[in-house]
Order: sequence, then C-alpha cells, then structure tokens
Amino acid sequence: MSWEKLEIRTLKDAPKDEYFVAGHRTCQGCGPALACKLIAKAAGPRAVVITATGCMYVANCSYNTTPWAIPWMHAQLGGIGSAVCGAAAAYKAMMRKGKLKKEEIHVIGLAGDGGAADIGLSGISGAMLSGEDHLIITYDNESYANTGVQASSLTPWGAWTTFTPPGKMLRLGNVRVKKDLPKMIAAGHPNVRYVATASTSFPFDLMTKVRKGLAVKGPAFLQVHTPCPKGWKFSPELTVRIGRLAVETGMWTLYEIEDGQFKLSYKPPKRKPVSEYLKLQGRFAHLREPDYRYIQEQVDAACKQLGID
Amino acid sequence: MTKKFEEFPTWKEMPVGLVVFAPPVNGPNPHYKTGTFRTLRPVTDPAKCNKDGLCWLYCPDSCRSSDAETLFAVNLDYCKGCGVCAEVCPTKAISMINELEFKE
Repeated sequence: MSWEKLEIRTLKDAPKDEYFVAGHRTCQGCGPALACKLIAKAAGPRAVVITATGCMYVANCSYNTTPWAIPWMHAQLGGIGSAVCGAAAAYKAMMRKGKLKKEEIHVIGLAGDGGAADIGLSGISGAMLSGEDHLIITYDNESYANTGVQASSLTPWGAWTTFTPPGKMLRLGNVRVKKDLPKMIAAGHPNVRYVATASTSFPFDLMTKVRKGLAVKGPAFLQVHTPCPKGWKFSPELTVRIGRLAVETGMWTLYEIEDGQFKLSYKPPKRKPVSEYLKLQGRFAHLREPDYRYIQEQVDAACKQLGID
Repeated sequence: MTKKFEEFPTWKEMPVGLVVFAPPVNGPNPHYKTGTFRTLRPVTDPAKCNKDGLCWLYCPDSCRSSDAETLFAVNLDYCKGCGVCAEVCPTKAISMINELEFKE
C-alpha cells in the first residue's frame, strides 16, 4: 500500500497535500468539488482519475486548464465503466511486459449520478464483473446539474427539477422513487468485495472508504452524497449542514458492504424529523404537511430495514 | 511572432489528442482564477480561532493553506466566498464581510 495508514480518523491523519487544487469553475459551495478534493487527498499521488462527462468534468476542465495535479482523463458520458476497466487492464499489461515500473497504481473512475445510474449503468456493471483492480465513485447530487438540473433516476421523490416542475396539473415534482444504486451493485455482482456509501459532510469516513475501496483487490464501488447549492436551491454556506442533516434524518445512510457483510458506518443517536432537512431546500418548497408525513413514513420503513432504529 | 517551420514539433513529438498540463501539487491552477466570484470575504478572528483546521478540510475550492500559524490563510485570488468555512467553524471565529468594505 502506498499510504501509511488505511483509516483516517482525525484531522492529524488527513494528508496535507492537495491533488485537486484551487482554480476550477464550480459554483460557490459546490459539494461535488469538496468530494473530489477529499477523494484526491485520500488516494494520494499514485492515483489516476478518469471522469465521465458531468459537472466534475465540464466545470473543472475549462479550455486547456485542469485542477487535477494527478494524471486525469475524460471519458464519454456512458463510457466510465469501460474506460476505467481498460485503464486498469492496460497498466497491468504494461507492467507485465516491462514497459512500466512495477508499482501500485490506483485507478479511480468518477461519474455523476446521471453518468453512473442512468447512462453508464451497463458499463459500470461490466466493469464490476471484469475483475480488474479499480474503484468507481459516483458523486450523487441527485440531478443532471451540469446541463441545468434535469431529473435523473437518483432524484428523490417530490423534488423540483426543470423536467419535473410542480404546478397546477402535477402538484408534486418528481413522482419517481430514488434508485438504490449501491444495493443494486452489491446484489447483482457477488464478486465485488467492497461497496459503500459516504457523504461529504463526514470527510474522515469518506476518505477511509476511498482507501478501503482502493486497497481491496478487484473492483469496488462507492457512492458519495454531495449537496448541490444550485440544483437543490439553498444558500451555498449550508452545503455541509445539509449533507449532515441528510444523514441525521435518515434520508441518506452511511454503510459499507465488505465481502458480503453489511455494516452501518454511522448510526444517528436520535433521528431528526425529515421536515428539518426538506424545509432548508428550495426544491422541496412546494411540499405540504401530508407529503412530509409520507416521506417520513418511507424513511422510517427504510431505516427499520437497515437496522438504524 | 511567427515560428519558423523547423521550430514546430514533428509528428513524432506531437502529443496524442488534447493534452492539458497539470498544475503543481498544492499550488493553485495558474490559468483559472476564481476570486471574482466572491461578494463576501472570510476574515478570521485570531482571538477566537482554536486552530482545529476544519475550515481547511471543508473548503470546496482548496484555497486555504494547511498552515495553522497563518490561521489557515485564504488565497484571495481563488476564494469564491461561499461561506462554508464560517459555517463549519465550531468557535464562530470566521465572519463573512462584504467585499465593498475592503479597499484593495
């Protein structure tokens, strides 16, 4: 392993060096940019990052500049699985043939929720079956935020997007229920040894999970919940508070599935009501009291199933 | 200034595809300054700061220095003024002040 420690528990363990540096075109208080920074920090200098089209490609890599201080490549929107799998296989082959020095190189694929859960899902499924050593990370900002906040399959129930505007005909915004991507990857690919969820508001947990995902041999999958001030309509300074509230209310859960063993990473001592999380965001501004109750029931049932309550 | 034909790279020296050169580790990306996004400037109160470094860890733009002695100095060429550092500070040592109140 190229790191001193696998687990990062305190600020002293957190690496000082930045590999995702200042000077990128993301919005004020961008959650995905914070996720990228923490991922690059945890992965260290011997990492290669491949990003699919999405916010973290388009906003970061403005013409002829990039904030990535480590090797970086762009892949097509649906091609994240094949690009990551191919890069990992190529490094292995070149080391075998003696064209590269034999060392540990971490291949990371970064895709948005549209690139991973909608368009690139078949590619990711293929990459998970391949057996090459890589980590695919989805930063989940619950919409296609790069093109102007369109609904994706990870948009939660009731949310406003430009594709699901609430109005007279349809009172609710999005009427589809959020897809459970990490469970889907874990259930459908029994050979995957590490599947986890994380949040940018729990940075030590996120950095530890990135390192664990890279340390296991074979493919791994990580989904990171990243609040998006523009798409979720909240003030940019609340990014960290909203991410924390999502976990504390049970709207987002932190867990890891290691060799088939399910383990909760964080259990809120006392769950807060979901209305606390929903009322801070403009995309849920049209919801009324019965809708809050409905979401609360759904969250309660999900938390009971996961063993949080 | 026009280059002579001999000064251009040959086809063997030409990089494949569009190649972008990486910025230095820790150093900011010199080609894209984002300080003009800012309307509020973070100012740290040295008396209240307990030097825990949460502002440095949570800054989405990686524009704070990791040095506790400088109170995690902000690179004002890159700070977008989002206010995440002021929000996560446990001692409320950082205040966001309107950019118009500063002369420079």
